[in-house]
Amino acid sequence: MKPPNFDYIRAESVAEAHAALAEYGGEARVIAGGQTLVPMLSMRLARPKVLIDIMHLAELKDIAAKGDALRIGAGVRQAEALASRDVAEKAPLLAAALPWVGHAQTRNRGTLCGSVAHADPSAEIPLVLLALGGSVALSSHRKRRSVSAADFFTGMMSTARADDEMIEAIVLPAKRPDTSTAFQEFGRRHGDFAIVACAAVVSPDGITFAVGGVADKPERRDFPALDGSPLDDAIDAFAWELDAREDLHATAPYRRELVRRMGRATIEEARRCLA
Amino acid sequence: MPRLSAERRHRVRFTLNGSAVEAEAEPRMLLTDFLRHELGMTGTHVGCEHGVCGACTIEINGVPARACLTLAVQADGATIRTVEALAPEPGRLSILQEAFRRHHALQCGFCTAGILMSLDNYLRQRPNPTEENLRVFLGGHLCRCTGYVPILAAAMDAAKRLREVPANA
Repeated sequence: MKPPNFDYIRAESVAEAHAALAEYGGEARVIAGGQTLVPMLSMRLARPKVLIDIMHLAELKDIAAKGDALRIGAGVRQAEALASRDVAEKAPLLAAALPWVGHAQTRNRGTLCGSVAHADPSAEIPLVLLALGGSVALSSHRKRRSVSAADFFTGMMSTARADDEMIEAIVLPAKRPDTSTAFQEFGRRHGDFAIVACAAVVSPDGITFAVGGVADKPERRDFPALDGSPLDDAIDAFAWELDAREDLHATAPYRRELVRRMGRATIEEARRCLA
Repeated sequence: MPRLSAERRHRVRFTLNGSAVEAEAEPRMLLTDFLRHELGMTGTHVGCEHGVCGACTIEINGVPARACLTLAVQADGATIRTVEALAPEPGRLSILQEAFRRHHALQCGFCTAGILMSLDNYLRQRPNPTEENLRVFLGGHLCRCTGYVPILAAAMDAAKRLREVPANA
């Protein structure tokens, strides 16, 4: 299992990365931490002609808390975000999910934006981005644009990114004082891909509930501030609406049942912290 | 903008276990193969080659990472430590390695280099780990011989001894 041949470009500015993406488009891939891309290369699931390394760009390495948003650059590694006070304070849902992303040894190199770029249906960071109503900052030699997480994830390992665009950052709205969040995951072993992962954002007025690992992309629903059996019914209806996958890890009915039980537990955990 | 052609080999330099090293690699060469085949450092083992088993774990810029999920060209300019750096001198084992021997924490030894590199770093960051901390942390490694119990025992024992003799780490 060795990667196929490719040219390797070490970009020294964002403009250079844009130029290389403009030249090669779909035949180029951006590499940051490489924790998803390198195994895809080794398994020959990806065969780019050119890799563009963006990890030498200082301007992409920031976690910036500005006003009521948290912007995490494409060069920020998962372990750095996990150690960040801004992430803990402004995005506690992300801080709760990060320990579930791979293992400590892969979080030391993997980036948040890389996980978002690959859009694995069981990945935790895309789920958190969707649950919080965050967005993806894309740029190319043509223009910059921001795409909401709801529009960015379009299916199994596919996104709204154009071939000549790169992700510069993800942007998360900072936690409001009247909300509370929780994250739960079920897998075969801590650090394995999620069979089901649940994220909840609750306020006195309502519930945002999102699940990963079930359909071909993370899915989200907004409920009013339900309780008791009406809440169970709402989660059950959501579970039936999900186009649940079957694979060797779990059947579709099993995944739906996890959504019902973990969904309820995740929402209740978030509410316990609402006080 | 430095551009390395797929067809050619390119000079890669980094600091390995305290010494400057250099050799040549095609862009597609994994750091595992670069260490083993180009530099002759065969202590780092190649297991699953997709980041799951942990056998290839080394220290890159001070933190444990998978050598098989890193391209050699990405490591240019980095500071790298491999299992060969653990023993203080030939014929003598580190406290952690000694604990592995005492507790029979290895059988075939294939996974051991990676586990040692992860634990060596972890015990420096967290000299007082709980068994639960270590269980989660070692979740990033697969061992098919030991059942993990002796590995945990060795790690807890090493942590205790390292606290008593911190200078000898």
